[in-house]
Amino acid sequence: MRAEEHQISSEKFVLHSKGGQLHDEKLETKPVSYFRDAMHRFARNKASIAAAVIIGILFLFAILGPVLTPYKVSDEDINYAYVLPRNELFYRMGIRFWDGGRRMGVTESSYSLYRGIEKETGRTVIMTEPEVRTEEYMGKPTSYYDFRLDTYNAVGVKFVLLRYEEYVALQQYQDENNIQVIFPITDPALRPEAEQDKTNANIWYRTKLGSGRKTTVVYDENGDFIPIYLADNGTDRYTSRMYWEGDEKLYSYAEQKDGNMWNVRVDYREYYRYIHYRAGDGIEYPSFLLGTNNAGKDLFTCLASGARFSFLLAIIVASVNLFVGAVYGAIEGYYGGKIDLMMERFVDILASIPFMIVITLLKYHFDVSHVLVLFIAFFLTGWTGMAARTRMQFYRFKNQEYVLVARTLGARDSRIMFKHIFPNAIGTLITGSVLVIPSVIFSETSLSYLGIINLNTGSLTSVGTLLATGQNFLFTYPHMILFPSIFISLLMLSFNLFGNGLRDAFNPSLRGTEE
Amino acid sequence: MYMFKYICKRISLMLVTFTIIFITCFILVKLLPVDVSSVGIGEDADKIIAQMVSRGYMKYDSGSGKYINTPILEQLGKYLKRMIFEGDFGIGFSMPEYRGRAVWSVFIEKLPPTILINVYSSLLAVPIGIVLGIFAALKKNKWQDHLISTLVMVFISVPAFVYASLVLYLLCFKLSALPLSVMSLPDIVKAYPEKGYLYVPGEFNWSLYFNKKMFLSMLPAVFSMSFGSIAGYARYTRAELTEVLTSEFMLLARTKGLTKAQATVHHALRNAMVPIFPSIIGEFVSVLSGSLIIEKIFQIPGVGGLYLAAINSTDYDFFMMLSGFYLLVGLLAGLVVDLSYGVIDPRIRMGAK
Repeated sequence: MRAEEHQISSEKFVLHSKGGQLHDEKLETKPVSYFRDAMHRFARNKASIAAAVIIGILFLFAILGPVLTPYKVSDEDINYAYVLPRNELFYRMGIRFWDGGRRMGVTESSYSLYRGIEKETGRTVIMTEPEVRTEEYMGKPTSYYDFRLDTYNAVGVKFVLLRYEEYVALQQYQDENNIQVIFPITDPALRPEAEQDKTNANIWYRTKLGSGRKTTVVYDENGDFIPIYLADNGTDRYTSRMYWEGDEKLYSYAEQKDGNMWNVRVDYREYYRYIHYRAGDGIEYPSFLLGTNNAGKDLFTCLASGARFSFLLAIIVASVNLFVGAVYGAIEGYYGGKIDLMMERFVDILASIPFMIVITLLKYHFDVSHVLVLFIAFFLTGWTGMAARTRMQFYRFKNQEYVLVARTLGARDSRIMFKHIFPNAIGTLITGSVLVIPSVIFSETSLSYLGIINLNTGSLTSVGTLLATGQNFLFTYPHMILFPSIFISLLMLSFNLFGNGLRDAFNPSLRGTEE
Repeated sequence: MYMFKYICKRISLMLVTFTIIFITCFILVKLLPVDVSSVGIGEDADKIIAQMVSRGYMKYDSGSGKYINTPILEQLGKYLKRMIFEGDFGIGFSMPEYRGRAVWSVFIEKLPPTILINVYSSLLAVPIGIVLGIFAALKKNKWQDHLISTLVMVFISVPAFVYASLVLYLLCFKLSALPLSVMSLPDIVKAYPEKGYLYVPGEFNWSLYFNKKMFLSMLPAVFSMSFGSIAGYARYTRAELTEVLTSEFMLLARTKGLTKAQATVHHALRNAMVPIFPSIIGEFVSVLSGSLIIEKIFQIPGVGGLYLAAINSTDYDFFMMLSGFYLLVGLLAGLVVDLSYGVIDPRIRMGAK
């Protein structure tokens, strides 16, 4: 074929639609962006939504908990140690659950002690009618009393040592508020002889030393307690209201110890209110929603503060890891070749160091702050995962046509990296970062649980420390480990569900498979 | 041949990584001051110094009249030489019960309970987990599957120490069905006096661990450890199997006349096992390292407890040896998992270009 046969003169060409403009047909529907699609698909996953709600509640608990409660982590009162959780509502309504009550099975002497407290303070200590059973104990039949004990009122009265000015101020408070805080002092000569009961202020009645050096109560002919209050000898400088009705002052209300100190017997519930009234911290009568631990710290406050710390640490770690990992991974993935090889070997080595070794070495070297140690350790070992995710996405997208177009048009490397390729990695990075949060919280909890990291310094505590303390009292006071366990389990569960939902939502290959 | 080359390459890479991390650890540890004040009451600080001098970690400086640390690289050289040629990993010095004892012999003594508890829990978890997973996959999207999947989600998420507390509280305390803590060697000897002659301090003492009382005392720990693994295996098996069940060769198998059971067992399961099996092998390698938390809760006289004690009382020789051990186990587990793919599935050609 010769070429000229195909020569067509240019006049023969006519433009199809001269003057008019060609358009693609306009889309009838609205475009769905990647994110909107992901959110839409996420919203259809009911389990993930429920998980998100639970996470939200736990997060609110962590943020608002420490603000709402009048207590601080450093507040502790050893007299109210081991008290059980009490919900005021349940308690007032008389529901025998979550009311600060505890099932007890005690011997005669303990039972009479509680009865004594009840009689003296006038508050219910024995919440249910006791059932008496008899069992063999060391060859002898012994009576046991089964009943529900009010762990708050069982504290009763305590001896406190006050300076004279404090003693006077307490009397003033009594008169102003018309409350009896100071109770008559017991006669030192008549106090129980048994070593373990000598400083027990709650024994206001006559006792004798029974068998096995145990304190036994001496009742009068009617079966009542016989008071051992110290008769008024005019030395106690007490001018306030009387515990005993009538105008006559029958008893002494304090005994002077050496110097300026006065030993005073106070109703501890009222005294508790008084010291907090003096401190002005807004705490009234004791009532702990989740009970207290062995040091008398409010578990609600501790748990909320621990949770807040965990969340804070996890979010900071996740965002720093995300940032560093994304930049590192982007450089690795985009430039590839030798740079990638070198950087990847570095990551390999860093990633294969066991976390325990990192944390221990850091702990040895920076003994000052364990919070800092935790943060550095999580950062050192955590960002490599983010880097790997970003790197993979960059490898996938860097040779696609649209990237080549951008390069041909003269876009700078940084623009191509962060404007054109990076958005493709955002989905997997968000999922990854969300899943970092529970893993950081879990590791932090485990480390403080094992005692490797000690976060229990004054105003700070952690869920792991609470768990570790609770473990020691698992059989006697299970409430101490129950609530931190529920918190951490719920958190892990909901984060796992939430993370799964996010992963599916951001996975474009699953698009449309649910229908 | 390429397979052999590939394995050699991977092993040498692993050794390089191990050496770098180990030496870095050693240097970082030796940069710390030796805490002579941690010596207990009634102990002689001079003895510790003498011990350090004899091992070449310290020397007398005539200039200042004090004992000073020898250069770290010199210490490293001596340490590596002793470790490689004499199998001497050092001597404990700050934990009272192991002071002056060879690190290696203490370690060997602590190894059996750790391994046994992990092996038992794997033996429990692997079959149950895989069976549950298969069942869920076969009943996909029926109520059985939903039930199993929900339980799996719960059991995977809840941390092991929560199970441990539950097991302790319910099984051991409320029901008194099982002992509260794992027996130590002296306890066993007390329980079985006729076996007392078998107990040799600083040895493996395998034979003492296989008796009824020991087994029962290990059960709570085994249970607490296996819950999470059961859930993990079940989830993994279900995911793999559902994928294989929908593939086309399964359709072919059914078309050529196999029953559903035959097709599942002979074709689907074998293919689904390809990714599951290596993870089981990896698990078996990492059983050596155990779980620090479980060992703490059940007071298991194992390696984990030793490691924690070494960390808390800053005993550097113990710390170095155990860190090296954990590091090696971790690296080995990764390597074994990678290599086992090629062994299990001939279609996967390791290291082929």
